[in-house]
Amino acid sequence: MSKTPQELFAEREKRVQDAMALKVPDRVPVFLSQHFFPARYVGMTYEQAYYDVDKWLAANEKTIVDYEPDVYFMAQAPIAGPGEALEAMGMRQIKWPGHGVPANRSFQFIEGEYMKAEEYDEFLADPSDWTVRKYMPRIYSNLQGLGMLPPITSMLNGYVGSAITGILAIPPVAAAFDALLKGAQVAGRWSMAFAAFDRKMATMGFPEFSAGVALAPFDIISDMLRGMRGAMIDMYRCPDKLIAAQKVILPMQIGGAIGVAHMSGNPRVFIPLHRGADGFMSNEQFEAFYWPGLKALILALIDAGLVPCPFWEGTYDQRLEYLRELPPGKVLGWFDRSNLVQVKEVLGDVLCICGDMPVSLLESGTPEQVVAYSKKLIDTVGKDGGFVMSSNTVLDECDPALVKVWLDFTRAYGVYR
Amino acid sequence: MSQQLIEAITDMREAEALQIATELLDGGTDPVQILDDCRQAMEVIGQRFGQGQAFVPELVMGGEIMKSISGLVKPRIPKDVQAKRVGKVVVGTVEGDIHDIGKDIVAFLLDIHGFEVIDLGVDASPQVFVDKIREFKPQVVALSGFLTLSYASMKRTVDTIREAGLRDEVKIMVGGGVVDDHVRAFSGADAFGADAMAAVALTKSWIGG
Repeated sequence: MSKTPQELFAEREKRVQDAMALKVPDRVPVFLSQHFFPARYVGMTYEQAYYDVDKWLAANEKTIVDYEPDVYFMAQAPIAGPGEALEAMGMRQIKWPGHGVPANRSFQFIEGEYMKAEEYDEFLADPSDWTVRKYMPRIYSNLQGLGMLPPITSMLNGYVGSAITGILAIPPVAAAFDALLKGAQVAGRWSMAFAAFDRKMATMGFPEFSAGVALAPFDIISDMLRGMRGAMIDMYRCPDKLIAAQKVILPMQIGGAIGVAHMSGNPRVFIPLHRGADGFMSNEQFEAFYWPGLKALILALIDAGLVPCPFWEGTYDQRLEYLRELPPGKVLGWFDRSNLVQVKEVLGDVLCICGDMPVSLLESGTPEQVVAYSKKLIDTVGKDGGFVMSSNTVLDECDPALVKVWLDFTRAYGVYR
Repeated sequence: MSQQLIEAITDMREAEALQIATELLDGGTDPVQILDDCRQAMEVIGQRFGQGQAFVPELVMGGEIMKSISGLVKPRIPKDVQAKRVGKVVVGTVEGDIHDIGKDIVAFLLDIHGFEVIDLGVDASPQVFVDKIREFKPQVVALSGFLTLSYASMKRTVDTIREAGLRDEVKIMVGGGVVDDHVRAFSGADAFGADAMAAVALTKSWIGG
């Protein structure tokens, strides 16, 4: 007799949780990092993924139903929000399909110095005020008017000073609020559709990987504020401020992740890591500038009963010893190009390990190569559990037939006996 | 040669490096000599980078210090003094990809190792590569990509270079975030470089220097 969706959901969730707890599940769980892959799979453009929520969710549903992953992962795709919302607010920090990149290309981030080195003090003194009046007008062309707002604390003058009400009516300020509202309405509609989609997938038997996202404090500064060059120059010119800003950012990241986890009911928090990888900085710099903030974030999420899932993009072969400072069985580590055999040796008793299947192979390899690589991964890293099969990064350009070969083989060969 | 200046730069002591450079200039040292000290310092940083003893912050900061010193020194250098170059490399991030960090590091290291670098920037189309190969006649072409979509762009770029009849004129390497040897084979490039120093080593093996 075939299993009910409820039974399948419980079975898949247990499989993943067993692996995360470093136990041996019934078989190696498979994790599908869809990203833009469903568009290619059903024959729609990436641009449509940003503009047609029904079509995009249907493509994701078909992908999940056909490939039957133990956990699916679509981030809160499309990344950065629906196209209409981005247009309404005039998003400048990314190019998205059909807007700055061709219709069938992934979104791309435009890194820049969105905060000047001289602005650290202002940011540290009042991060909210700086975010609203300085940062938002810089990253959204249609929110320029926010820069004309007085400090929000002017409202503390209570009945004596209601001057802000007049300022809100100045045309550029009013236009900024209009743009914000319009963007929010579109984003709200999409969020509801995505939440409904996740509930629907659950009733069909499919758990979601994670709903919440948090970033390492250093990455907020390096990606979103100072740019890579800026943050690295700050290591030499103003190291104290670089660290102080991370301390201000940390609780924001923790609070945000906990909020989404509670709302969604999904305890797994995705933490994509950028500048901490080998090669970007030395171990000494990692220890001084990157790891303290990241470690504090991970520990705080564990304390809140959540499961941090850092994506160690690039390689972390030089940093594995630091990861041993994390408590065992509480973290899922998704690895990109680190040496997974070494990761298993060093961290097999600490982290659940996931990742490594090269998307280059799933794009242009042969079925035999895909099977051979999968077998090697299961035999080495999958040994004794604590392993989730996943691609090293997003599946965007992968060949649907090879993805099927990969997952079918893993499900058949990955049974623990 | 001022060992003091070189060490101040390689140790990232910015204020001190600028002060020494100013003192040297005021004391009548040949400005070309000061620039050569900077170049030597950057070479040391590049070597340390290759050996895993220096990282991106040092490349960035070293570059910043050098830029400041050049600003002081260059106005006092006659225009016709030019450094000798051992070969030419066309570098660019392939079409559809706008990532520049890896590509910039490769360009920077090739430059301090004495190669003339023609940087096509990001999102460079196959045709732009072909045009610049015709214009500059480089010995080496370096294709950079960070995203998985770059695989197909790399292949198109190599194909377009071949169709233009230029494939035998240049050696082609690929590299960047998600690029590996599968991508080298898929794109039809000559070599894959795992990191920026590999790009320098490949270039040296192909054109010497």
